[in-house]
Amino acid sequence: MSDKSQRIGEIIAAHAHREGPLLPILHDIQHEFGCVDADTEVLLAKGLNLTRADIHGVVSFYHDYTADADPRPVVQICRAEACKANGVERLIGAAETAAGKRVKISTVYCLGLCSAGPAARTGDDLHIRLDEKAITKLIENA
Amino acid sequence: MTLVKISDDALARAGGADKLAAAFEAKGCEVHRTSSWGMHWLEPMVEIDGKGFGPATLDDVDAILDGSSDKGIGVIEEFAWIANQTRLTFARAGKTRPLSLEDYAANGGWKGLERARSLDGEQVCKEVLDSGLRGRGGAGFPTGIKWETVRKAAGPKKYIVCNADEGDSGTFADRMAMEGDPFQLIEGMAIAGAAVGADQGYIYVRSEYPDAIRKLNAALDLCGDTIAPFKCEVRVGAGAYVCGEETSLLNSLEGKRGEVRAKPPLPALEGFMGKPTVVNNVLTLMAVPHILQEGGAADYAAKGIGRSKGTMPIQLAGNIKYGGLYEAPFGLTLGELVNEIGGGTFTGKPVKAVQVGGPLGAYIHPDQFDLAFGYEEFAGEDALIGHAGVTVFDDSADMGEMARFAMEFCAAESCGKCTPCRIGAVRGVEVIDRIRTGGRQRDVLELRPQMHNTTKDKGREAAEEVGLLTDLCETMKFGSLCALGGFTPYPVMSALKHWPQDFFGEDEVPAEMAE
Repeated sequence: MSDKSQRIGEIIAAHAHREGPLLPILHDIQHEFGCVDADTEVLLAKGLNLTRADIHGVVSFYHDYTADADPRPVVQICRAEACKANGVERLIGAAETAAGKRVKISTVYCLGLCSAGPAARTGDDLHIRLDEKAITKLIENA
Repeated sequence: MTLVKISDDALARAGGADKLAAAFEAKGCEVHRTSSWGMHWLEPMVEIDGKGFGPATLDDVDAILDGSSDKGIGVIEEFAWIANQTRLTFARAGKTRPLSLEDYAANGGWKGLERARSLDGEQVCKEVLDSGLRGRGGAGFPTGIKWETVRKAAGPKKYIVCNADEGDSGTFADRMAMEGDPFQLIEGMAIAGAAVGADQGYIYVRSEYPDAIRKLNAALDLCGDTIAPFKCEVRVGAGAYVCGEETSLLNSLEGKRGEVRAKPPLPALEGFMGKPTVVNNVLTLMAVPHILQEGGAADYAAKGIGRSKGTMPIQLAGNIKYGGLYEAPFGLTLGELVNEIGGGTFTGKPVKAVQVGGPLGAYIHPDQFDLAFGYEEFAGEDALIGHAGVTVFDDSADMGEMARFAMEFCAAESCGKCTPCRIGAVRGVEVIDRIRTGGRQRDVLELRPQMHNTTKDKGREAAEEVGLLTDLCETMKFGSLCALGGFTPYPVMSALKHWPQDFFGEDEVPAEMAE
């Protein structure tokens, strides 16, 4: 048994007592391996006595789970209404230039910082009142 | 030793509150990390002897300590923005440390739960009904009726589920409440549990709120004995907006795709795992501890207007000068909220539009600013208060673009179960694009003589496309399973109605649409 399948078995066991354990399990797997890939889906299906289609249906439904790992640092920029009202769309060009191929820019719809936008998130760190200079710096340091 | 209070709310931390707190500690001060007062334009705010200073930076530390800072706002509780509020749900905001059981108990905590446990379930449900409390998530369903339905439902196993999937842009009251006063939410859930006979609760928090997740977990570890035999667990969402819809949330909680369920059966009868389930929004459950205190229900019912009773934590967001959390009884006008309390736009330009109720709320024109804040009052104007987020736009906003975004957002977040939402949203984007680019011309293929069945005309003008969009919106409104598809037409049609020039161009607005 490979390390990965053993580890996935441990994660399943850690959550098995819960009612509806699939999402907590997927969160742990995504966090640890950076993705929920096809092999993992097979293991999960077996471990939880579900079909692979069931698992794949769930994994592909939610934005937080990805099929492939992406080693790049991620900067999530909020582009929902309140941040649009504060001009986030005018920052996207600068953000993409600063990111180049090194940093992944992803869109998030709302970080709950709507009174002080534009807002962004890196890991568990949040950033507010961003302008072009601040967002460029944020991405360069990501 | 000087006692300094600095919020550890996510917004204050994003503004640099952690470094600020460390700087005050380095100066020998005792620093308490409290919840936020909700004056977001002043965050991070420093409080010493009841007086506030903000927005504070590291350069202000010395000046604040020696009294020479020009960022003072005086005594916070006397500051008009705070003094004019009626804070029931956010009574402890700014005053207590979120994870201090001591602070919570010393400021009225657990009183509602104690009293609820001395009553029987029927009485608790009746008090909640008498208070006039309605679901704060947006639908505004009377909470007491929902609880009573679950209480009367047969079966030994019932659940309390807190909907903390606050995905609407422009809303942050749930986040602030969970981060600032997690015990109050837990107390509200325990009261609900006692009322309906449920011993297990789940709080479904969106993954975009890492601070709230951390604090709720910590709070549950601390108060397990107090709420026992009621048990509660935090579950983290996975980035799907639609999971804020209650049946979709229940599916997600069960570990399934977050697809909407058809109703009936109501979740109150067949909810989580098919068992009777109370699904309430964070703010609904947070209002309950106050209501269950001696005389609380009558006090709550005495506030507000019409059938909108009690207070609403209103969130002032977007392009606004004084943004933040403003809790007040229903009945303030939108104009008061935006211009007087909110101080107009942050950029100083004229207000162009206000969106109330998140991405599914109508865009309201400043001409309608005398609209009173209440469920029925807004519904009468084809608008909704939703979760009471108020997002302000200045005159640089392109409302055609915002309408297009509403459809685009619906397409991105649709769960895919019902056709009007899944396909309608995609078609909506296309129609709006055609309106904005002057209509649709027949393509080369359609004009070929061999294509017998196609009409050989000039195509559709932009004004004719409006008819299609109107039809599409009607279909989505009445044919969708849930509010995502059903309410997306509101921002779209309101934008088209009030700002047709943003769709057609200043001089191209069809005569029948010009105001």
